[in-house]
Amino acid sequence: MVDAINLALKQEMKRDKNVILLGEDVGKEGGVFRVTAGLQKLYGKDRVYDTPLSENGIVGTSIGMAVRGLRPVAEIQFSGFVYPAFQQIVSHASRIRNRSRGRFNCPLVIRMPYSGGIRALEHHSESMESLFMHIPGLKVVIPSNPYDAKGLLTSAIRDDDPVIFMEPKRVYRAIKNEVPEDDYTIPIGKAKVVKEGNNVTIIAYGAMLREAQKAIDAVEKENVSCELIDLRTIKPMDNETIFNSVKKTGRCVIVHEGPRTGGVGAEIIARINDHMLLELEAPVERVTGFDTVFPYFQNENHYLPEEHRIVNAIKKVVEF
Amino acid sequence: MSYIEKNDPRNGKVFRVLDKDGKVVNKSAEPKLKKEDLFKLYEYMILTRVADEKAIKLQRSGRMGTFAQSSGQEAQVGIALAMKKEDWLFPSFREHGAMMLRGMPPELFYMVFMGNEEGNRMPENVNNFTVSVPVGSQALHAVGSAWASKIKKEKDCTVGFFGDGATSEGDFHEAMNFAGVFNVPCVLVCQNNQYAISLPVKNQTATDTIAEKAYAYGFDGVKVDGNDVLGLYVIAREALEKARKGNGPTLIEAFTYRMGPHTSADDPTIYREDKEVKKWKEYDPIERFRKYLLKKKYWNKKYEEKVLKWAEQKVDDAVKKAESTKLGIDDMFKYMYKEMPDELKDQLNYLKSMKTSKGEGE
Repeated sequence: MVDAINLALKQEMKRDKNVILLGEDVGKEGGVFRVTAGLQKLYGKDRVYDTPLSENGIVGTSIGMAVRGLRPVAEIQFSGFVYPAFQQIVSHASRIRNRSRGRFNCPLVIRMPYSGGIRALEHHSESMESLFMHIPGLKVVIPSNPYDAKGLLTSAIRDDDPVIFMEPKRVYRAIKNEVPEDDYTIPIGKAKVVKEGNNVTIIAYGAMLREAQKAIDAVEKENVSCELIDLRTIKPMDNETIFNSVKKTGRCVIVHEGPRTGGVGAEIIARINDHMLLELEAPVERVTGFDTVFPYFQNENHYLPEEHRIVNAIKKVVEF
Repeated sequence: MSYIEKNDPRNGKVFRVLDKDGKVVNKSAEPKLKKEDLFKLYEYMILTRVADEKAIKLQRSGRMGTFAQSSGQEAQVGIALAMKKEDWLFPSFREHGAMMLRGMPPELFYMVFMGNEEGNRMPENVNNFTVSVPVGSQALHAVGSAWASKIKKEKDCTVGFFGDGATSEGDFHEAMNFAGVFNVPCVLVCQNNQYAISLPVKNQTATDTIAEKAYAYGFDGVKVDGNDVLGLYVIAREALEKARKGNGPTLIEAFTYRMGPHTSADDPTIYREDKEVKKWKEYDPIERFRKYLLKKKYWNKKYEEKVLKWAEQKVDDAVKKAESTKLGIDDMFKYMYKEMPDELKDQLNYLKSMKTSKGEGE
């Protein structure tokens, strides 16, 4: 996935000279995960900036650039360090188009690695995507694999509104698939049916796709046919794909690693409740992280949703 | 040596051209402005004050919401005059004088405080950004804007305004740091009006001046008599030229006084003495400049009447326009994104249906 994101950045920077990168250690070092490796060398120091260590400064100045017609792609080194930048994201980036009645807009991408499972320090593993989902004016995109990461990031850079782009660092180097050199985009706001099935709908995104797939492989041996949806974007959310699937299966399990309360799963359940309640054969199940601080890594495997918990949830809704 | 360099705030220097009686105290610095530019400064200071006075009446009679006046700080128009049309201004919420001089239609000022976002729809050919309410947050946008000019190799500069309270916010320090590190063509203006709501500036910072903070970020700061419109003009012009030549940012501390309350919801008698306000009245920026124009024989009663009539007419027209601009339900939704997502369309349709069933139409 690292290479796919790097390729998207490289191609978009070539296509549009207004695309610039900034962040901590993104230039000479190429980022702590090497996502931006080689780009400063290729495009120069006036396209790729190593900034002072200041998340709010990075996002705030990016906003000023974006309203002046640049397309900054800002990197926050870890999503757990984005909170100082909330001031600028919540109070400005998300509101500029509305506040100015469209006179100004903010074509800004804020990339940040999120998710656990890599035995990291505190603040380096959390999944707080639902905080962004709650903010009007943002789009929140979370790819699950390299192919999607390239297509979605390309769309995000070309988008005229601010996009939070959360990269599951657990799959940065874990999943390999063919990523075409061609210029392609994947639309923001559309989910993907990864696999069709009839008995139960599994909804996941980011690093949880792989865990969901493992669970599906296990239950399908017992003849439970699963439909797997990769949300790809959590804001705006693709109701249509979710509803069509749930209408077919009547059963649904949502998997995410962020905390349970007020999470993406809660939102999906609310939407199903609004529109699809009578189509359901069983209550919707959520397999999520807990309302605890993301633990130091000795305990992280207990926190993260994994095959056994997902299998359990699938069986619960199927046997209801 | 430039006036900025000559007036290092760490040596207790305060730059001014005019004293409180409108007398030129710094002959060599007196700008050679054309008569019409001097008139423009005077007229926009008057317009700003007349606009505020009207706003107070509107607010008291319930025709306008809470608003922030700039009474006492009208000399800000000197900075606006020093800017080129292609330069960018990033205001806080007390810069309608500077914004109007740069071409903002006065009705926008009223609309913002009448609760109508249309007040932030700056005309396409006016390079003013929108008001920014979270204190100090816009300083970073100003630096980003200046940085964009540098990246795009455009010749414009950016001026970012904020108040003394802002200098305690992280955004201010981050903006100063980025401005210095990337040497951007930016002029940061702190309107030190002595109070952040009730907190006097001496409790806001332990430094003697705000201007001297610039040196910690590697660039110049200068303290200017913020009630001297010519002083602000001269320093702003110099700082802008310096920025345009690639010689980096400047912090200007405009040492002024907020004659009125923080906003119309504030009662300053709780936290400051009348005698202090009276003292500052002697330094009034408009009175001072009027005396200067009188000495130059540019001002007379007839001119004053003409200016007042012009300002009142402009304000009346602005209020009419502002009050006749109404918002629909759609206006709340349609500017959230370039294209409205389905989920937002659903919410809009729902709200419309509720209005219909309530018998309100849209």
